[in-house]
Amino acid sequence: MSGMQGRWLACHDCDLLHRLVDIPEGAAARCRRCGSPLYVRHHRALEKALAFAMAALALFLVANLFPFLAFEFSGSTTQTTLISGVEQLWQEDFPMVALLVLFTAILVPGVQICILLYTLLPVHFGHLPRGTVWAFRATDAVSPWGMADVFILGVIVSAVKLADMARIIPGPALWALGGAVLLLAAAASVIDDQDLWGLVEADA
Amino acid sequence: MTAITAKQAGLVSCHVCGLVSRRPASGDGHCPRCHARLHLRKKDSLTRTWAFLVAAMICYLPANMLPVMKTVTLGRTQTDTILSGVYYLFSHGQWPLALIVFVASVLVPLGKVILLAFLLASVHGRWTGRMVIRTRVYRLVDFVGRWSMVDVYVVTVLAALVSLGNLATVTPQPGIVFFGAVVVLTMFAAMSFDPRLMWDAAESNAHE
Repeated sequence: MSGMQGRWLACHDCDLLHRLVDIPEGAAARCRRCGSPLYVRHHRALEKALAFAMAALALFLVANLFPFLAFEFSGSTTQTTLISGVEQLWQEDFPMVALLVLFTAILVPGVQICILLYTLLPVHFGHLPRGTVWAFRATDAVSPWGMADVFILGVIVSAVKLADMARIIPGPALWALGGAVLLLAAAASVIDDQDLWGLVEADA
Repeated sequence: MTAITAKQAGLVSCHVCGLVSRRPASGDGHCPRCHARLHLRKKDSLTRTWAFLVAAMICYLPANMLPVMKTVTLGRTQTDTILSGVYYLFSHGQWPLALIVFVASVLVPLGKVILLAFLLASVHGRWTGRMVIRTRVYRLVDFVGRWSMVDVYVVTVLAALVSLGNLATVTPQPGIVFFGAVVVLTMFAAMSFDPRLMWDAAESNAHE
């Protein structure tokens, strides 16, 4: 039975069995019955993902430390960082919404980047770190809730709404967060889940 | 070309790591690769999806009728609902952005509820038609849901940015709690639905 494991894949959306076949680099395999994506193959996918994740971490730190918008009205200026919006909601007595924003815009993207680095960096040097299985499972569980890209759209809409009444100055964190979002998306698009789990299997 | 599903072959695919393994004779068993508990189909998929959908529908009305934020500028107070926020953008000539927010905040949550209810009905009714399109509809519903969160972030950013005491302040209002709940509940609903049930239902229908 173990010979069959890993060489077969069932479509996530319609359960049709597929034999894993070699596809050209840069190609994606789709289910032949319902068309859902099955797997992708990229040249040196894990190394690319590692590079993207390292750059994403640097930009994500900038995004959290610097203000992303400054607001000038009647001579007074306020500026806001990622976390200050969460603090404001908490103080205004909206703890559930505050936690939702904290989780989706800050914690999940941060955890996704950290897990990629924690696993792929040791893999690059030839060994699998402890707890890789749990790290991958954690990523799988939280990744639908990572919404830093949606957050950026929210910042843009906010800036447009305020443009009439005050001067809005985009801060370095906005560009950094945008970069981090793109890099995280790039990392996610080059790696295939089967590549990651294949590491676990090869190590067992 | 023989088409056989994992279920028909006596196999089960792990919902976490995708490994295909033999279905245990009794009980659920665990995935040999990632140790996650194995389920042939998402657990109690139909019941859970209906429950999340009904909860989302209940929250949908207050989410759209209650104000989501209050703006005070130089003593003038204005409260905004989700729709009046869209109208503000539209009336200020920002119609591309108004359209994006309208789609993300109004159409997507409502569309998700309607489409998921339709997909659920198709499983209950064991429909056999338009399988590929229905599967695509599910993927779309699952994919777009997160963009509805944009209005929660707008209120967050505005409240954090505009806090100048008497000059100008934006404060969140209870509508935003319900709106956030709609987004989260419809996301849970989409995650709970198992599109493979549509294929199972169609197959069982075809075999009768």
